[in-house]
Amino acid sequence: MTSLSAKDKDTVRAFWAKVPGKEELIGADVLSRMLVVYPQTKTYFSHWKDLSPSSAQVKKHGKTIMAGVGEAVAKMDDLTAGLLNLSQLHAFTLRVDPANFKIISHNLLVVFAITFPKEFTAEVHVSMDKFLARVSYALSEKYR
Amino acid sequence: MVEWTEQERSIITGIFANLSYEEIGPKALVRCLIVYPWTQRYFSSFGNLYNAEAIRGNPNVAAHGIKVLHGLDRAVKNMDNIKATYAELSVLHSEKLHVDPDNFRVSSAGLQQMHSAHLKADRLVSRRLTFPLFLHQLLADCLTIEIAAKLGTAFTADTQAAFQKFLAVVVSALGRQYH
Repeated sequence: MTSLSAKDKDTVRAFWAKVPGKEELIGADVLSRMLVVYPQTKTYFSHWKDLSPSSAQVKKHGKTIMAGVGEAVAKMDDLTAGLLNLSQLHAFTLRVDPANFKIISHNLLVVFAITFPKEFTAEVHVSMDKFLARVSYALSEKYR
Repeated sequence: MVEWTEQERSIITGIFANLSYEEIGPKALVRCLIVYPWTQRYFSSFGNLYNAEAIRGNPNVAAHGIKVLHGLDRAVKNMDNIKATYAELSVLHSEKLHVDPDNFRVSSAGLQQMHSAHLKADRLVSRRLTFPLFLHQLLADCLTIEIAAKLGTAFTADTQAAFQKFLAVVVSALGRQYH
C-alpha cells in the first residue's frame, strides 16, 4: 500500500477545503448513488423505510459519512490511531464488509468529478484515491 | 447473454451520441496514465510520459485515447453481441500483446494491423506481465470519471449504473479469449 506523500496530503487538504457547505449534498449523492449502482449495499440499510436520494435518512447519513471523511482529513498524519473508534464501530457493530469501502470511495470520486469538474484534475484524483485507500485500510484495522 | 432494458440502451447510446471522442478519449487515457502510473508500461513506444505535463501534451496518447473510444463504439452498435464483437481483439491481446486481461481491455479496429506490423516477438515476450486483477477496471473507471465531469448532475445514479454495466460487459468480453 503506497503511503501518502507530503504532496498528496497537501493536495487532499486543499481540495477538501472546497467541501464545507456542500457536505449534505455530496454525502447524500454518494450514498444514494451507491444504493442504486451497487444494490447489494442496500442490505446494510434494511431498517430504513426510504432509500431514495431525497429521504431524510439518506441525507442525514450522507452527512455522517462526510463528517467521517472530514475527520480522516484532519487526522491524516496518523490515520490508524485517528480512526480507531470508527474502525471498531465498522468492525464490531456495523460489520460492513471492507470490500464495500472500495465502492463508496469510487462513488466519492464520481461525485467529486460531478461537483468540481475543473478542480478534480488527474493530480487531485490520484492523491484523493490514495488517501481514500489509506482511510479504508485504517477502517479495516480492527476487523480481525 | 446480457439483458439490456430499453432505458439502459437509451442511456448508453445517448452518452455516446453526445460525446466528443476527441475531447473525452484523450482525457480518459491521460487520467489513467497519471492516476495509475504503472499502466504506462504498455505505452513505452509513445515517447515522453515522464510527468503529467508530458502525458497531457503527448500526441500519441491523445490519438490513442480517441482510438479507445472508437473501439467502445463497436460495442455500442452491437450491444446484443458484445462478446462476438470483441472476439478477434481479445485473441490479439492475449496472443500478440501478452497484455494481462485485467490491465488493458479496450481497443479499436485498426489496432490489429498496427500491432502485427510494428511489434516484434522478443519485445512481446519481455512484456509478459502479471498484474493484479482489478487493472481492467482502471481505464473504465477513468472514463467514468471523465463522463461524470462532463455530464455533471445529468450523470444520475441510473446513468452511472447503466454506463458501468456496459463497461463491465466490454471488459469481460475482451478477456474471454485469454488462456
